[in-house]
Amino acid sequence: MKVSIVQFPGTNCEYDTRDAFQRLGATTEIVWHKAQILPENTDLLVIAGGFSYGDYLRCGAIARFSPIMKEVTTYANNGGTVLGICNGFQVLTEAGLLPGALKRNDNLHFISKHHHLKVINNDNIFLKKLPVNSIINIPIAHHDGNYFIDKNGLIELEKNNQILLKYTNAHGEIQNPNGSVKSIAGICNKDKNVFGLMPHPERAMELILGSDDGLAMIQGFLQ
Amino acid sequence: MIKAIVNISLKTGVLDSQGKAVHHALDSLDFKGVSDVRIGKQIILKLDTDDKMKGMKDVEKMCEELLANTVIEDYEIELV
Repeated sequence: MKVSIVQFPGTNCEYDTRDAFQRLGATTEIVWHKAQILPENTDLLVIAGGFSYGDYLRCGAIARFSPIMKEVTTYANNGGTVLGICNGFQVLTEAGLLPGALKRNDNLHFISKHHHLKVINNDNIFLKKLPVNSIINIPIAHHDGNYFIDKNGLIELEKNNQILLKYTNAHGEIQNPNGSVKSIAGICNKDKNVFGLMPHPERAMELILGSDDGLAMIQGFLQ
Repeated sequence: MIKAIVNISLKTGVLDSQGKAVHHALDSLDFKGVSDVRIGKQIILKLDTDDKMKGMKDVEKMCEELLANTVIEDYEIELV
């Protein structure tokens, strides 16, 4: 399994992400955003978290025009599997590879803490190891994670099982930290090959760090 | 040379949390009679052309492709 991780100026989760995939046995390669082609035999393309281009203009708005993004778009449109974590999710929405947009958190604060999430749909490669309605505990760390989509877009998401994760409390009741529409924390595209989420599974890989619930998510891609 | 002033703000119907917070602050400072506050950003561009039609067309394209995210934002262009 070959995982390629895109690095923009300002990306800061690429090494955690690399470590997460490596400890589960994947071969990894970090790809600088100026690369014109993706590494050969890439099985999974990850856009890691951080603050690409300092979040100037809007989060992900400028990264979207980096040279590598042409390749990312072609890869996704040809059915390749793409995962965007945090800033990666923002980049994918800006690039139009995922629907909706991410706004400033409703309370205007940067939120950095562990948060419970409920698995809403698992009929996809990403969450197939996790039962529907299971509760996991994963760190979130963002200022602009307030997911917005219009009414029609939301109907489409619900109809096609594209909502992956929602923010809840430990009992699975909705608890919305940032104002996201329907408390949405992660979605996928209609073809279920492009995934985006604000929480950081790569930061929940061992109990000593507070949670290893990220393992089952990362494993979904590898097995 | 033309100057283009682009004003970008969240669409009507998209909650503007910053605007709401400022509205609340104005209210607590006893500035009554404000019914709504919307916060946006302004981008000022100097264009090399003198052709207003072309300038407008170019800036519209810039807004659609980069300057605004039309999923959540509206933009207004003023040429001076």
